[in-house]
Amino acid sequence: MNNFSYQRAATLSDVVGKSTFVAGGTNLLDLMKYNLSNADTLIDVNALTDFHAIEEVPDGLRLGSLATNADTAYDSLVENRYPLLSKAILAGASAQIRNMATNGGNLLQRTRCYYFYDAHAPCNKRVPGSGCSAIKGYNRNMAILGTSDQCIAVYPSDMSVALSALDAVVNVSGLNGERSIAFEDFHRLPGDTPEIDNNLQPGELITSIDLPEKTFTKNYSYLKLRDRSSYAFALISVASALELEGDTIQEARIALGGVAHKPWRVKEAEQYLTGKKTDRQNFAAAADIILQGAVGFEHNAFKIELAKRAIIRNCIMALDPSTQLPGAQPSA
Amino acid sequence: MHTETLTQTYPVTTGTLREITLRINGEERRLSVLPYVSLLDALREYLDLTGTKKGCDHGQCGACTVLCDGKRIISCLTLAVMKEGAEITTIEGIDHPIQQAFIDHDAFQCGYCTPGQICSAVGMLQEGKAKSRDEVKDQMSGNLCRCGANQQIIDAIMDVKGGENE
Amino acid sequence: MAQIGQPISRLEGKLKVTGAAKYSGEYNVPDLLYGYVVNSSVTKGKIVTIHTGDAEALTGVVKVFTHLNRPGTAWFDMQYSDMDAPPGAPFRPLHNEEIKFNGQPIALVVAETFEAARQGASMIRVDYQESAFETDLKKHLDAAREPKKGMATMLKPPPPKPTGDFEKAYAEAAFKASAEFTHGTEHHNPMELFTTTTLYDGKGKLTIYDKTQGTINCQLYVGNVFGLHFKNVRVVSPFVGGAFGSGLRPQYQLFLSVMAALDLKRHVRVTLDRSQMFTFGHRPQTVQYTRFGATAGGKITALNHRSVAETSQFEDYTENVANWSPMIYPAGNTLLEQKLVPLDVNSPTDMRAPGGCTGLHAIEATMDELSYKLKIDPLELRLINYSTFNTAENKPYSSKQLKECYLQGAEQFGWSKRSAEPRSMRKGHKLVGYGMATGIWDAMQLPARAEAKITKDGKLHVKSAVTDIGVGTLTVMTQIAADEFGLPMEDVVFSYGDSKLPFAPIQGGSFTTATVGTAIVFASKALKKKLLKIAKSSNPGFKDAEPEELVFKDGLMLYKEHSVTLLELVAANKDKPVRTTNLGYPHALKLRKYSRAVHSASFVEVEVDEELGSVKVTRALTAVAAGRIINPKTARSQVLGGMVWSISKALMEETILDANLGKYMNQNLAEYHIPVHADINELDVLFVKEEDKVINELGIKGVGEVGLVAMPPAIANAIYHATGKRINQFPIHFDKLIDL
Repeated sequence: MNNFSYQRAATLSDVVGKSTFVAGGTNLLDLMKYNLSNADTLIDVNALTDFHAIEEVPDGLRLGSLATNADTAYDSLVENRYPLLSKAILAGASAQIRNMATNGGNLLQRTRCYYFYDAHAPCNKRVPGSGCSAIKGYNRNMAILGTSDQCIAVYPSDMSVALSALDAVVNVSGLNGERSIAFEDFHRLPGDTPEIDNNLQPGELITSIDLPEKTFTKNYSYLKLRDRSSYAFALISVASALELEGDTIQEARIALGGVAHKPWRVKEAEQYLTGKKTDRQNFAAAADIILQGAVGFEHNAFKIELAKRAIIRNCIMALDPSTQLPGAQPSA
Repeated sequence: MHTETLTQTYPVTTGTLREITLRINGEERRLSVLPYVSLLDALREYLDLTGTKKGCDHGQCGACTVLCDGKRIISCLTLAVMKEGAEITTIEGIDHPIQQAFIDHDAFQCGYCTPGQICSAVGMLQEGKAKSRDEVKDQMSGNLCRCGANQQIIDAIMDVKGGENE
Repeated sequence: MAQIGQPISRLEGKLKVTGAAKYSGEYNVPDLLYGYVVNSSVTKGKIVTIHTGDAEALTGVVKVFTHLNRPGTAWFDMQYSDMDAPPGAPFRPLHNEEIKFNGQPIALVVAETFEAARQGASMIRVDYQESAFETDLKKHLDAAREPKKGMATMLKPPPPKPTGDFEKAYAEAAFKASAEFTHGTEHHNPMELFTTTTLYDGKGKLTIYDKTQGTINCQLYVGNVFGLHFKNVRVVSPFVGGAFGSGLRPQYQLFLSVMAALDLKRHVRVTLDRSQMFTFGHRPQTVQYTRFGATAGGKITALNHRSVAETSQFEDYTENVANWSPMIYPAGNTLLEQKLVPLDVNSPTDMRAPGGCTGLHAIEATMDELSYKLKIDPLELRLINYSTFNTAENKPYSSKQLKECYLQGAEQFGWSKRSAEPRSMRKGHKLVGYGMATGIWDAMQLPARAEAKITKDGKLHVKSAVTDIGVGTLTVMTQIAADEFGLPMEDVVFSYGDSKLPFAPIQGGSFTTATVGTAIVFASKALKKKLLKIAKSSNPGFKDAEPEELVFKDGLMLYKEHSVTLLELVAANKDKPVRTTNLGYPHALKLRKYSRAVHSASFVEVEVDEELGSVKVTRALTAVAAGRIINPKTARSQVLGGMVWSISKALMEETILDANLGKYMNQNLAEYHIPVHADINELDVLFVKEEDKVINELGIKGVGEVGLVAMPPAIANAIYHATGKRINQFPIHFDKLIDL
C-alpha cells in the first residue's frame, strides 16, 4: 500500500473531474492493501451531505450514493416500498461492512476473481494484455454468461442484482454536468476491455440511485447460493419480483447475480411470463430463456443447471415472501 | 528469465503527517499519523489499544470490530484520518453484561476473536434488528471464530438479549 | 471440594473479554522496528537479481534483508531441526537464491513503521530463472514411495505389518466395499496472525514474544540457529490466538525477527499477513484407497487401507492416515500402506487431528457403505465388530468405553428414529439423513518437568513452560494442582508460556493435559515429602508420618489428629518458600502391556435441499470416552470446536491449488471458507464415564483431536442416507449434490 495525500471534499465542485474518491473504503482500502489499486490523492467524499439522504422524489425514491448499505436496507421507505432491495442488501457482506459501505461504492466494487486478486497472476482486468488465468485455471466461481476470451470474472454485488430487477437509474455528476444512466447500462460486459467495469467516466461521481414507482411489495424474493450460510460471495443469486392478479402474472422481473460481469436480466423471459400462471413449468421455461447462451468452464458448468433451479425456487418463494430466511438461504 | 511485470509499481507518494484527534472510549487522543494508517493500526500501534485485534486486515474476519458513533464497523478498512470527530468505542471501553455471559458460556477458547465478537454483539443489540436465534446468527456472521466456539457465543448473546427483552 | 471434575470457567476469561490479554504482537516498546516479508511469486527456480534499491530509498526503511546480505547462521541441517521436524533438511529462510515453493520468503523489509515496511515490501522487484514444477498430487501418484524414518517416526510409527492374507480373505469375503477418497490442502488459519516481537536488551540477550505451541522448542531453535547461549534466549507466549498445529514448529517470522534484531541491535516485530499464513505448513493433499471385506453376518475379515500424501522436496512429513482401521475393528487379514509423493510445495505440518481425520473419513465411510450392502444398521455393524483389544498392537486397551459412546450417543440422538433406506426421510424441500461414525485418537503422554512451591502467604505456585493455545491449560492445571493440596482455586498460581520455566514439550497431539498434569502430580508428591520433612523437625506429631498417610485440606497438612498449616510450614522453613522441580513421565513398563486411545462416536442429522443441493448439519452429537474429565466445561468446548471443524472439513474448507501456477489461489478468509455462526446449529457433547487406572496418575487422556475424527465421516454418511449419493471427496460442496 502506498502512501497518499488525503483531502476532504466539502462540496461537489471539490470532487468532479478528480479521482480517487473514498467513502466507506471497504473495497478501495482492501485493494490498496493488496497493491491492486493506488492513489496519489485520496479524496474523502463523506462530508458531501447532499448525498446521504434517502428521500421521496415525484416518481419514486432517491437513494443517496453516500447512504450506507445498512441505512438503506433498514430505511422504512425502502423496507416498505422496495423490500426486495432490503433483502438483497442484507444478503451481502457482514453487518459491520454494511454499516460502512455506501450505495455508490457498492455499485463500483470490483470482482473477487482469484486471479485478479493475485498481484502476480496474469489477468487482463488487472494488467490488460497479460492474459486470463481463470479460463484454464480454477473457475468454479466465474461467469457463465456474457464472458469473453479476455475475461470470465463475475461482478459480486448483491444490492445491484435487486437494483437491476427494479429498473433503477444511476445519477452521476461530472465535469460535463449531470447525467442519468439506466441500471442495465451502468455495468458492462468484459469484451476486449475487461479492465473497465462500468460506464462511469473518469472524474464522475455517483450522486444517487433512483428507484422508479413500481415497487413489488407483495411478491418478491432474493435467494443467494454460496458455500456457507452467510458472509460469502454468491455462486448464484436471484432477485425475483412479481406483480400478480390472482395466480396470473401481470409483470415479472428476474435478475441473476454471480453469473456474469454485470447483473443478468433477460427481458424476453419476463415478457414470456406476462399473462402466464404462477406455476413451476412457466418459471422453468423462463429460466431456460434466461440461461440461453450460457457457457460453462471446467469447474463451473454446474452453474447453468443450478441457476435454472434457483430461478424456479426463487420465483416460487416470491409467491410467499414469508418463506425467505436470514442470509437469503433457500426456503425450508 | 522471468522478470516480474504483472505487478504494478506505484509512485512513492509521501503524504504528510497529520495531527488528528480521535475520541476513543470517551477520551480525546491526539496522534500524528500519515494518511495511510488504518484506524486499526492507529489503535494498536500508535495508541497501544491492543484489545482490538488484527486477524486479516481485509474485512474478512471481524476481529477488528469497534463501535463508531454507536455502530459496529471493522477498523481495518477505514483510515484513522477519516475518523476525526467520530466517537470510537473499543473493547477497552466496553462494560456490558455480554462480557460475563461470554465467560459463563465459555464462548471463547484462544480469545483472539473475542473482543471483535463482543463489540459486534453490543452493536447488534443496539441495532435491535435481529429477533430470532437464526437472525442473531446471521447478523453475527461477520465475526469468524476458528476455535469453533460459535454455539457458545450465540448462547451467550441470546442469554443477554433475552434479559434485555424482559 | 475437589476441583477436578468441576465446570470451572476459564481463569483468564476476564482478560480475554476486556481486551487485556496480550498476544505476541502486542508488546509495544519504544523504538520498535517493524519487518514485512516479501514472498516469491514463482514456484521453483532461482533468484537472478533482487532489486531492493527503491525500498531502501523509501523514508522510514532501515534495512532490506535478502539471501545476499543475510547475517551468518548455523551450518548444519540438524541445527535447524526442531522437536517436530520431519526427516530431511528443514527450510532455511533467506538461505540462498534457490526457490523451492511459491510464497517462499525471499526478503524482509525492516522500517520504523509498519506502514513503511509494508510499502517497502511492495517495491521489491525480482528477476527469476524459473524451472518446471509439479504441485498436483493426482498427477504423480505413480511416484509414491515409502517415507524416510527419523525422530518424528517415534510419535508416528508406520502402519503395522500385514497380517494374515488380505487378498485371499478379500476375494473370499461375502460382502465387500471399496472406494477412493480425495482430500485437498487445508491451512490452519488461526485467527491471530503469526507474529514475533523480539526485544534486544543491548548485550545480545533476547526476550522473544512468539506465537508458538512450544516456548522451549523455539528457544532451542533460536539458540541453535543463531549460535546463542540458551540462557540468553527467552521465549514468552502467555496468550496464543489459536494455532491448531501451525505453531508446533518455529515459523519463519521467528527466524526473521530474531535475525533482524541481532543484526540491527534493535527491537523488531515481524507479523505475517493473512496471505502469508498460506505460505508455511499445511494439511497435505491425500488420496486414499480402501477395500474392506466382511462375512454375511457383518464380521470384518479383511482390511486394506492405502494412503498417498504429498510432502515437500526437502522433508518427509508423514502423518498416520492408514494405521487406524485394525485399532478399531479386529480383522484377521490386514494390509496397510502409507506413501509419499514429494512435490514443489512447502512441507506439510500437523494440523488438528493430523492423519486421523483424513484416515477415519475413508474407514468410516467404507464401513457405512458396507452396512448398506449388508443391510445391517451402521451402528449395529460397529457393535458386531466391537473389541476392547487392539489387533494392530496385539494388546488390550487400558480402557475403552466406546460401546457406551455408541449406545448412550444413539439413545440421546434418537438414532432409532432413522429409517434404513436412503432417501426415505423428508421435510419440505429437504431430504433428511442420519449418519454416524467412530472416532479414535492416541492417548499419548510425554515427559515434562514442573515446579511446585509453597510461599509464605500459603499459596501454591506451579510452573511449566507449556503454552495455553486456548484449550484451557491454565484452568485445568490449576485444578489439578489445587486438588493435590486440597486448596481452593484462588490459592493456586499456575505460571506458564515461558521458556525459563521447567521443560514442557510442544503443545499438541492431545497429550498436554496428561503430560503436564502428571508432572504436576510428581512435583506435588515431592513437595509433600519436603513439607513432611519440615513438619518432622518442627512438629513432633508428624514424627512417624509417611508421605502417603498425609491429608492436605484447606491449607492444612493433616496426619491422624495432628495438623499444621502450610503457612506454619513455610515459617518453620525460615520463611523461605518450600520448592521442588520434578520430572513427570509415563510408566513405560506398566504401559507396555496396553494400547492407549481416546474414543468417540458421532451422530449427525443433515438436511439436503433436493433441488439446490445445499447441505445443512441441523444437529449433531459426539459422545466421547476420554478417561477422567478434569473440566467438563472447557473439555466440552474443545469437542464442540472439533465438531465445528468437522463441519468445516466435510462441507467448506479447502485451499485451492492452481497447478498451472503452482500456487494456492484463495489465500484469504473471504474465500478460504470456515463456518460462520449461521452454519452452526444444534451441537451436543456427551462424556461417557471411563475409569482408567493404568494410563497415568490422573486417569486422563485428551480431547483436543477426538472431536474432529468421527464427525466428518458421520456428515458424509448422513448425506448418503439423505440422498443416496456417496461423495468421497472433501469438502462436499452443494454443486456435487444437484444431480439427485
